[in-house]
Amino acid sequence: MIRNPKDLQRYTAHERANHWVVGICFILLGLSGLAFFHPAFFPLAQLFGGGVWARILHPFIGVLMTLSFLGMFFRFKSLNTMTPADKEWLARVGEMVNGDDHNMPEQGKYNGGQKAMFWVMAASVALLFVSGILLWRAYFNFPVDAVRLGAVVHAAVAAAMIGFIMVHVYAAIWVKGTIRAMWYGTVTRAWAKQHHRGWYRQMTGK
Amino acid sequence: MTNHWVDIKNADLVIVMGGNAAEAHPCGFKWVIEAKKERKAKLVVVDPRFTRSAAVADYYAPIRSGADIAFLGGVINYLLSKDKIHHEYVKHYSNATFLINPDFKFEDGIFSGYNAEKRNYAKDTWSYQLDKDGYAKVDETMQDPNCVFQLMKKHYSRYTPELVSKVTGTPKDAFLKVCEMMAETAAPNKTMTILYALGWTEHSKGSQNIRTMALIQILLGNMGMAGGGINALRGHANVQGITDMCLFGANLPGYLTSPNEADVDRKTYLEKRTPKALRPNQMNFAQNYPKWFTSLQKAWYGNAATDKNDYAFDWLPKIDGAYDTLAIFERMHQGKMNGFVCQGYNPLASIPNKKKVGDALAKLKYLVVIDPLTTDTSEFWKNHAEFNEVDSSKIQTEVFRLPCNLFAEDTGSFTNSGRVIQWHWKAADGPGESKRDVEILASLFLKLKEMYAKDGGKFPDAMMGLTWPYRIPGKPAPEELLMEINGKALTDVLDPKDKTKVLVKAGEQLGTFGLLRDDGSTSCGNWIYCGSWSQGGNNTAKRDNSDPSGLGQTLNWGYAWPVNRRIIYNRASADLAGKPWDAKRTLLKWAGGKWVGNDVPDMRPDAAPEEGVMPFIMNPEGVARLFAPAMADGPFPEHYEPFETPLDKNPFHPNNPKATSNPAARVYKGDMEVFGKAKDFPYVATTYRLVEHFHYWTKHSKLNAVVQPEQFVEIGEELAKEKGIASGDKVKVRSMRGFIKAVAVVTKRIKALDVDGKKVHTVGLPNHWGFKGVAKSGYIVNTLTPFVGDANAQTPEFKAFLVNIEKA
Amino acid sequence: MALQSLDIARRSATTTPPPGVRQTTEVAKLIDVSACIGCKACQVACMEWNDIRDEVGSCSGVYDNPVDLTAKSWTVMRYAEVEEKGKLEWLIRKDGCMHCADPGCLKACPAPGAIIQYANGIVDFHQENCIGCGYCVTGCPFNVPRISKEDNKAYKCSLCSDRVAVGQAPACAKVCPTGAIQFGSKEQMKDYADKRLVDLKSRGYDKAGLYDPQGVGGTHVMYVLHHADRPELYSGLPDNPSISPLVGLWKGFAKPLATVAMAAVALGSLFHYVTKGPNEVSKELEDELEKEDAK
Repeated sequence: MIRNPKDLQRYTAHERANHWVVGICFILLGLSGLAFFHPAFFPLAQLFGGGVWARILHPFIGVLMTLSFLGMFFRFKSLNTMTPADKEWLARVGEMVNGDDHNMPEQGKYNGGQKAMFWVMAASVALLFVSGILLWRAYFNFPVDAVRLGAVVHAAVAAAMIGFIMVHVYAAIWVKGTIRAMWYGTVTRAWAKQHHRGWYRQMTGK
Repeated sequence: MTNHWVDIKNADLVIVMGGNAAEAHPCGFKWVIEAKKERKAKLVVVDPRFTRSAAVADYYAPIRSGADIAFLGGVINYLLSKDKIHHEYVKHYSNATFLINPDFKFEDGIFSGYNAEKRNYAKDTWSYQLDKDGYAKVDETMQDPNCVFQLMKKHYSRYTPELVSKVTGTPKDAFLKVCEMMAETAAPNKTMTILYALGWTEHSKGSQNIRTMALIQILLGNMGMAGGGINALRGHANVQGITDMCLFGANLPGYLTSPNEADVDRKTYLEKRTPKALRPNQMNFAQNYPKWFTSLQKAWYGNAATDKNDYAFDWLPKIDGAYDTLAIFERMHQGKMNGFVCQGYNPLASIPNKKKVGDALAKLKYLVVIDPLTTDTSEFWKNHAEFNEVDSSKIQTEVFRLPCNLFAEDTGSFTNSGRVIQWHWKAADGPGESKRDVEILASLFLKLKEMYAKDGGKFPDAMMGLTWPYRIPGKPAPEELLMEINGKALTDVLDPKDKTKVLVKAGEQLGTFGLLRDDGSTSCGNWIYCGSWSQGGNNTAKRDNSDPSGLGQTLNWGYAWPVNRRIIYNRASADLAGKPWDAKRTLLKWAGGKWVGNDVPDMRPDAAPEEGVMPFIMNPEGVARLFAPAMADGPFPEHYEPFETPLDKNPFHPNNPKATSNPAARVYKGDMEVFGKAKDFPYVATTYRLVEHFHYWTKHSKLNAVVQPEQFVEIGEELAKEKGIASGDKVKVRSMRGFIKAVAVVTKRIKALDVDGKKVHTVGLPNHWGFKGVAKSGYIVNTLTPFVGDANAQTPEFKAFLVNIEKA
Repeated sequence: MALQSLDIARRSATTTPPPGVRQTTEVAKLIDVSACIGCKACQVACMEWNDIRDEVGSCSGVYDNPVDLTAKSWTVMRYAEVEEKGKLEWLIRKDGCMHCADPGCLKACPAPGAIIQYANGIVDFHQENCIGCGYCVTGCPFNVPRISKEDNKAYKCSLCSDRVAVGQAPACAKVCPTGAIQFGSKEQMKDYADKRLVDLKSRGYDKAGLYDPQGVGGTHVMYVLHHADRPELYSGLPDNPSISPLVGLWKGFAKPLATVAMAAVALGSLFHYVTKGPNEVSKELEDELEKEDAK
């Protein structure tokens, strides 16, 4: 498919692949994890071949997600340093949510919300990984109180993370022209100019 | 047991000493718990270790292993000096009033008549003063200095609480507390039962350990009473049966004794064994000895035993010496035996001094092992690394293993500790080529007989004359055997009072040993089992547990010998007039011309109290013996140290080295030299069983191995600290005869005892391990034990010897 | 015991009510520690009836063997030597599932029907539904369930629910030689315990008592203890056991709440979209760029 050659390259193929590995892992983890989270979700275990398979696969997928997330983390860490402008953006996020983004401060490649999301995800993955290891009885044997704490942390962080990811996904759907960045790597200049003017200028020199 | 298992529930006080009933007899122990729950009974445990029995006891007192007579002698002294005895009982039912030969002496630890060289006693001074009729003289006032009561009082006056505590290591207050509790049962309506086992028998004075308690029970009036008695808890479901059948060289079935070389004919043999009553009017039941013996000969030799050939007396082997297990292995060790048939027995593990036993077996030409399992003995010749370090190439013994069935794969009878014979039915077929023991023995016999018939031989009569009346000669049925043991009338048995009256018709089973005759008209394989299979059928198969008295007598459950009597000496449960000492626990009472009650009377049923027939009917005295000349090592029990003692002297006789250990115990040449001394081996060792295992058998069973997998030794915390041993460490335990290695269990349950001014530690050595089986391989504990036995029964001294211990 | 209905009163990871029409007698096993001689017959009977054989282990310097509960040892005896004021006691306790009225394992279990509680009070693991997550282990205040290394399923004492169903006592109670293990209705067991306590008090055990901890709603395995004031003497029997607050927190109201919260986020997003509309690039900007391009 030929797109406008003037579109801006937002993500490389590697970055996109990395993101989708994490994304797929997350979906699988969410579905299998929810199966154990509340009886209402237990039927989701069938997607994995039943409860036992869900229990066996979940931690391996978790490790895969952690590793691939680490890749993303180091790729994007420097781009996600918070600036005063980001903080202002965050302070005024209400306007944005309200659909009025015209007066939002100028943003670089990522806005304050995205950066916050990045750090929340990083912290969540770290917590899920550590607490998940505590729960992984097939290979580890930790004191029961540590396991109990692990279970609470794992469930709580996972629930929160699911919420944040929903926000993340919704934001991508809501802001039209965003998703293509993760599909084939480019965004329109107009999109960039509107949402990430700083980055737009950096990319176009204008 | 003079009483029986269920009867334990009738006790007010249960003493567990010289045994560990909870550990070794958990099923029977339920009756102790029952007594505690339902009768408010108290349980007292006296043991070197705080045992599983102690775990549920009301009172526990520690004692040094091998000091039981000191303890119990102290109890006797307490009872006599505080006058806490059952006076009527002692006066009438014991030989307390009997006058003893004035020449009888006890000096410096030795009784009169001692022969130091032979290590035995000439017993002529250990005798009653007899009147012109041959009856023993008595002093009803018990004041004569030569009466048993006074002699006994004098003998035990030395057993002061201070000396007892010094010898036993039992704290004085603990000792006195036990005395006090025992003394309470001197009341006519209170009883104490004593449960003991190998903790008393396996000493060089084992029989006297038990006798000391018997004296206490007589003084307290507890013999013949429900909830009383002297109760030996046997170690195997049928070990009472094997004893009753007397599978020992020195005995014949039913506790008859084997003829020896001096018994030149049947008359001589019987005369020596048929006692005359020592008091007027006594039953002197042993006067029937000729009937029992003759009926036995008829059971064995059938028609071949006649009055013409002295009822085949000459065909019996005549004993030329000791044939207990120690004696057998001594002979074997001296190279005087060619072959050994070992049936249901694992001597390499079970006999003291494994090295000596292994060396002895290596001198045999052949060894036949009849066993359901691959015993350690059957592989004594095979190198099992550190657990059996032998050079197979130097051992020429040919070993045959004949696999036999386990008890559950065979039908037959068990006789439990309470003398109750119970029929059991086969539950499964034996595996592979295994055969019933009886079948194996029958085949051997038939083969030998065939060889004698064909080839002749030096003395074929004994073999050819044996009767073999079984329907299938190679496979005698268990039912046939019990019927034969019970006995039958060979010709019509007539009433001696009225010769026209036929009591039993020819061919019929006998109902009681009262029907046995010495004229060849009856046969009986074991007189005490007579009645077990009467004309009415197999009484051992009865399974009616109704218990109208509530005393647990259940007379229709199985069959107890003798004559289904559940509590022997039960006549003693009533006073002279025949009124029960405790009406609530009536066993017997005199009611209008006969004895009635809740048991089969141990008394002529029509013997009116006025006749003065006394309850101990097997004794020619008719009464219980406080003074017992029959014992090999003294008519009164005396404390002697174990042959390996942690003390350098016997504190009772510090100046007489001859009285340090039992002067009448047999010690073989070469064994005295390998007794250890306290300076090299300072700790008292004692061997015992664990509830999780049965001897050297269950190490072959996975279930048992799971619950107790690996050999261990137990030591107290203090000793462990001294030696730097922690729980779970591997330790090496050495005695003069060898060493074993095992895991250390360090416990608060074994305390160092203060004995004669020195601290004595105990090292506990559970048996059960060896080099065959599914449990972890271990050392045979009897590598360590000394080759010496009790002066009377020759039971080895497994319970008290010396070792040293170090971290391995 | 009469035949038991084996109606299910509670089922793990199930939110709908169980069958509740029939009434079943609550059963209980009473372990009279004061009558226990530690013979391990219960352990052997358990292995035999349930067809489990643990490994032949080793001696670690104590009588306890196997040293701990395993997937193949559903009950073990624990031996504690307690010496106070010069008096030694050997307190021997049969350890295993307590069959709590409010079972932490069942509460923690995410697999529907892997853990069930019968109307008679028995808590049973149905291994065919077990997913092997081990959450039951975290739920148990008595440290009882064990995950098998062989099949990754959780195992523990079933109180011989199969025997009880046909009116038989559990295997351990059946073989106990001293009657230290009694079985019957919970009410009968409490009555029996009362009698035992009278006896124990008469022997000087003033603090003798029944262990039926209310923190887990009472149990269907109870102990008669000589020192009921200090259950911890009996190889660490918990004084006042309850389901860990962590487990309560995680399995209690928090999860439905979190579920609602997640749903709220999803729905919030949806309604945000339909109320606020998509955030599109402004026409203005697009035109502006088009113009630039046209230059």
